[in-house]
This record gives sequence, structure tokens and C-alpha cells, in this order.
Amino acid sequence: MKAGWLAYLVFEMCAHFPRMSFNTGYNIMQKSLSIDPGKCTGCLQCELACSYDNEGVFNPSKSRIKVFNFHDQGRYVPYTCTQCDEAWCMHACPVDAISVDGATGAKIVSDTLCVGCKVCTIACPFGTINYNSATGKVIKCDLCEGEPECAKACPTDAITFVDADWTGLEKMRSWAAKTDAAVQAEA
Amino acid sequence: MAWARNILRVNLTQGTCTSEPLNMEWAGKYLGQRGLATKYLVEETDPKVDPLSPDNKLIMATGPLTGTCASTAGRYSVITKGALTGAIACSNSGGFFGNEMKNAGYDMIIFEGRAANPVYLLINNDSVELIDASEFWGTSTWNTEDGIKKKHQDPLLRVASIGVAGEKGVKFACVVNDMDRAAGRSGVGTVMGSKNLKAVAIRGTKGVSVDDAPAFMKAVSSGKSVLAENGVTGQGLPAFGTQVLMNVINETGALPTRNHRDIQFEGASDISAEAMAEPRESDGKPNLMTNAACFGCTIACGRVSTIDRTHYTVKDRPEYQKASGGLEYEAAWALGAANGVNDLDALTFANFICNEQGFDPISFGATVGAAMEMFEDGVLTTEQTGGIELKFGSAEALTQLAELCGKGEGFGAEIGLGSKLLCEKYGRPELSMSVKGQEFPAYDSRGIQGMGLTYATSNRGACHLRSYTVASEILGIPEKTDPLETDGKAGLVMAFQDATAVVDSAGLCVFTTFAWSMDDIGPQIDAACEGDWSIENLMACGERIWNMERNYNLAAGFTNKDDTLPARLLKDAAKTGPAKGKVCGLDKMLPEYYQARGWTTEGVPTNETLNRLAL
Repeated sequence: MKAGWLAYLVFEMCAHFPRMSFNTGYNIMQKSLSIDPGKCTGCLQCELACSYDNEGVFNPSKSRIKVFNFHDQGRYVPYTCTQCDEAWCMHACPVDAISVDGATGAKIVSDTLCVGCKVCTIACPFGTINYNSATGKVIKCDLCEGEPECAKACPTDAITFVDADWTGLEKMRSWAAKTDAAVQAEA
Repeated sequence: MAWARNILRVNLTQGTCTSEPLNMEWAGKYLGQRGLATKYLVEETDPKVDPLSPDNKLIMATGPLTGTCASTAGRYSVITKGALTGAIACSNSGGFFGNEMKNAGYDMIIFEGRAANPVYLLINNDSVELIDASEFWGTSTWNTEDGIKKKHQDPLLRVASIGVAGEKGVKFACVVNDMDRAAGRSGVGTVMGSKNLKAVAIRGTKGVSVDDAPAFMKAVSSGKSVLAENGVTGQGLPAFGTQVLMNVINETGALPTRNHRDIQFEGASDISAEAMAEPRESDGKPNLMTNAACFGCTIACGRVSTIDRTHYTVKDRPEYQKASGGLEYEAAWALGAANGVNDLDALTFANFICNEQGFDPISFGATVGAAMEMFEDGVLTTEQTGGIELKFGSAEALTQLAELCGKGEGFGAEIGLGSKLLCEKYGRPELSMSVKGQEFPAYDSRGIQGMGLTYATSNRGACHLRSYTVASEILGIPEKTDPLETDGKAGLVMAFQDATAVVDSAGLCVFTTFAWSMDDIGPQIDAACEGDWSIENLMACGERIWNMERNYNLAAGFTNKDDTLPARLLKDAAKTGPAKGKVCGLDKMLPEYYQARGWTTEGVPTNETLNRLAL
């Protein structure tokens, strides 16, 4: 009974505080958004899904993910928060309104604590945390509690939600295919 | 919800901008966009008005689904009396402008009167301002869009503008948004130019909501799956664009060639989707760079292309060496086969110029084709053309004329009259391949009979986007009919016309109908909008819109005599291909169509029909 309770506690801690499990050797798989601009068509379904999930309306201007169209180069690039481990926004916040979601690793803004000072928007090197004048708070990607709506809505798999330790896997795979000279020589 | 329930009315003569509530009773009868804006035009203007007079109005309109996450739901239309046709005009465009208008809180913007000096309209949600446009007047749509964003330090503005073609009165000028999407046909850009309105720039951040969100998300999600799993919308269009049709239609023997003298083009494969994907010699890259989507579109048929840097058109002109909107099937046909030109880079260049200066590649290309025939017949000489050797197959003549037409200069200004006025001017009216003044698109009605009836009865003049029976007659969607048969085509055309009016009015793209039936579309509209939008009601709405447009044209002075085709299609038999020996059997289809529509033998809707449709 006592052992069972202890195991349960460890499990709970591991589940909610993956960083704490570092020393235990046990971890749940953390996942990251993986973005492949080469597959993006610029349709903005990600922005629609993001704004609908967070705001309850379809409103790309309130999306936490943004697609950039480099028209003259024929390129579309989705961009959003990469959830830095040592997040600049989190460290810069004077009221500790930004915290780590233990389950997903996402950096989450508490609307109750945020005072809208925007210091985080200056601190973030990537511009992915922004002020929302409608609420007076900042908004950023929170990985939708581990089920990102943008990845679900993307029709071309330009945005996927994959093992955080292997976001480079697909790129490695495609280069691996090109690298196997023996097979290519046969073909 | 779904509708913003708000209209912006801009009086250019007085310089006033006021908002007013959307007439929800009309919205319940005409849905939105094409249908609803036409209702406003019918109620507020005289159908006999000169299209270029201040008394004509120009309406930019979204549909109730515009701005939602339904696939392709970013469309908007420009509705007015067409400068090219004198008929009701509704030109539909994708890109991202429509969504922005809706997010700013407007279902439509109604432009009235004429500004004393060139202006543009700047909208930031409720803040609306007419601003002097003299610094942009005389410049291209590309420069205008770029310049307005820079001037207001707002890269997120969405801009729709006219180029020099629209300012100079080219009869088939368009309104271009997002650099290379266009409300293309019937001269809606010409009307905008006549109002001294250079551009509309919008930033909208209000958001769009729907009536029954859970039902809507369910219907939208299943709609997206249908598009993804369909061969045309899931594979063909994303990979090859509408250009997937070039070789198909050529083999069908329905590719109008050299001003419809021929029905198959020996150079079709040189200007096809396959050719666009072929690596070129100079840099090893293909013409097609990637595909692109309009707002919310999960099909992504758009083409992004580059021109071979060594090609004569762009050699020392870096501004045309960057990527931009590439050839769609219609443009590739009109600039290519219609003139017998098979130089892919020249066509791509001409297409860039059409976007840059804002004019319709279909009407432009077809008019060049008519001019080439007159040149070969000796009616036109280099004296009139300013030295241009206007021979069929001449890429140089095509690209030279594109640049001249875009600026309204030299013989380009005469091309800018459109084929009807140009051919009349030189005494050869029979060489204009048009209906109600608007040039044919890329399907020859001798090889695809249903399209003959489609063109003859289209409310905006010859057009494939009013009832795309090619889907049934060639592709077998929803079911295969024989393209060489006239039997049963009246009912087919009517069904396509009504359904298309619904799709347009909802704010969706008609390309979805390669995969979607009303069973897929209906639930999305019904969940988004208040009121009962059963499929039955939607089809009645489509029929109501069609009859309203018809009545507008009748009041404007059109009669059943205008529901016809050029003699070439009715009398000169196709020379080659499966349709060899055939003419278009319009005389068999038209009476049947009038009857099916509930119109008199003179093509006038009967009182009974009007009452049934609550018109």
C-alpha cells in the first residue's frame, strides 16, 4: 500500500514535471512543433485553427502562429514559438506570469498575473510573444495542452507535432536517402 | 452571425464613408456576395446606366462563409454593371483581401459616384478614410500595393487595386489583390478606374464567427476530407493546377486555336502543366516553382512561376525575374493557343504584365487573336499596329501588345477596346469570338456542346464559371455526359448555373465542386448561417439569383437575340479531332433551356416563375 502510493507520487511528478525526472532516468516523451516551410502553401488554416481555439472566433490577427509569404521568392514560412528551455520571455517577466507547463514543456502566460508590460516581447529574440490590445495581455503559443490545433489543421503536413528530441528526423531521412551513393549508382 | 451584418457605403463624389446595417431580409433570400450584392445593385441603380458614369455603383462583397475556416472560404467579388459587356458583372477573386474585409467588420463596400481626383480607401476596422492617391496614379498594381504598405508602415494591410489599364479605360481591366489574384472579367477594374478609385487597403482584426460552431466544425472537417481524398482536388489541382486541362482539352478537340479557326493546337504540349514542370536549359529550374493557396484553401491550385532569365522578355529586366503568379489554364490558352503562340516564357511574361497592370488575360489574349486574324486577312496592316507584325504564332507581337495594352498606349489601346468593338471598328464584327461583348474562355462549344449553351445564356457574357459543364462532359463529375450530344444539356446547364450561384454567394471557390456536391456544401452553409439553409432552399436561392441577374440584363436592354454564339461556332464545322464535322447545336438546346427555366420562348421569366421564386 505504502509502496504503491510512492510509485503513484513518482509517476505524477514525472508526468507533470519532466525536468524533475531528469535524474530518475524516467521521462515522458516531450513533443515539439516541427515546421517544414517547403510543404506550406500559405493557406492560413493554421492561423484559423489557432485563433478559433484560443479566441473562439476565426481571426488570423489573433493567431499565435503566423505564416509569412515571401512573394518574390515563392516561399511560405509558418513561424511560432519554439518553447525555449531557458525562455527569455519567462526570465524577463517581472511578475512571474510565464511558467512552464510540466506536461508539455510549453511556456504558458497566466492572464491573471500578466500586467501587459510587454517586456517579454522585447526580450524574446524571435518575436513570437506579442501583445493583444483587446485583452491587455500578451499571447503566445501554448501547444494547446499537448494537442496543437495548427498541426491538426495543416492540410499538407507542413506543421507536425513530433518527438522533441527528433525534430530533425525527416530532414535526416531525406538526406540519408540522397547520401546512399551505392543505391543511386544502381538506379 | 457569419454575416458581419454591416455595410460600408462610400460616396466618392461627396467624399463620405458611412456604415449601415446589412439588410438581413435580403440576406435570407440572396445569401451573400454575388446574390446579395446584385440585389443591392438592382435596387439602387438603373439597369440602363452607362457603366462608366458616376451613377453606376461598384460593390465589393464577401459571403457569409468568407473568413471562416471552411476550405476556400476567402473569396470576395466585385459586382457592378460591366464596362466590357453592359451586362451584370460579378468577378470573383481569391487571395486574402476578402477575408480581411470581413474581419474589418464589413459584408460589403458600396462605392457610389466619382471622386474629383484619384483616391484610395484605407480601412482599419471602424476607422475609414479616403486618401489622395496621386502618388500611385499612373503606376502598376504591384507598385500600388507595395507603396501603400510602406507609406502606412503596415505590411499586414491587404490591398486591391487597379493598374494603369483600369485608369486608361481598357475595357477588360481587372481589380488585382495580393499581387496576382484578380477579380478578372467583364471590366470591373474599368468601372473602378472611372470612379477615380485607385485602391482599397484593409486591415481587419475583429474576427468572424458562425451560428452553430460545433456543427460547423464537423461539416467543415468532413468537407476537407472529401477534398483531400478526391483525385482532382486532392492531387490533380495541387500538382498541376488548372493547367492539368491543357492536353486533355486539346485531345478532346475543344481547344479553340487561332481565334477559333481551329479546334486543336499543335503547340499545346509546349504550354501545358507538363511543360511548366520541365527543367529548362539555362538554369536547370522549371517554370513552376511551387503551388500556392488562397485564404483557407486546402486545394492550393495556384501557380508560382519564374521566367527563364535568358528569355528576351526579361533579359535586362530584373524586376520580372522574380517569382510571381504563373499560368492558369485559361491564361495559358488565351495568351497561347488562341494566338497560336507556344513560347511558355512569353506567355508567363504576358501573364505577369496582366497582373501588374491589371487586365484580363482571357479577353486580352482573345482580342489579340481576333486582331491577328484581321492582320492575316489584310484588314489590319503595320500602319495601324504601329509596326507590329501581328502574325499568328508571334510571341514578340503578343508580349509587345501586352505591355502596350497595360499602359493603354499605341495599338495596345485599340486591343483594350475588346474584340467586339475592335472588330466592329475594322468592319469584321463576325471575327469577335464573344457573347454579350465578352470573349470566350478556353473551351470550344463545337467539341463540348453544353458549353455552347453555357456561354449563350451566361448572365455576364461568355464565361466558363457560370456553369462548368466541362466537369460532366469531359471529367465525368458528377456523372459523365457525352460532350458531342446536345440532349439533356439544358437541364445540366441549369443545375450547374444554380449551384454555382450558391457557391459564389456563400463565399466559397467553385473549384470545390470538382469534389463537393450540395450534400457537402449545404451543411457548412446551414451551420454557419442563421435561418433554414436546407439544400432545397439553397437551390431555390441559386435559381432566384440567376433569374434576378437575367431580369437585370433584360432591363438593361438585352434580349433573347443576345443569347447566341458567333456564326463560326454555329456554321463552320470543326476541322479535326473527335468533334470533326460538328458545329454547336445551340438551336436544339436553347428552346429546351428556356422552357426548363420557366421562361417564355423569348427568354423572359414568366410571372409564374417570378412568383415561385419570390422575385
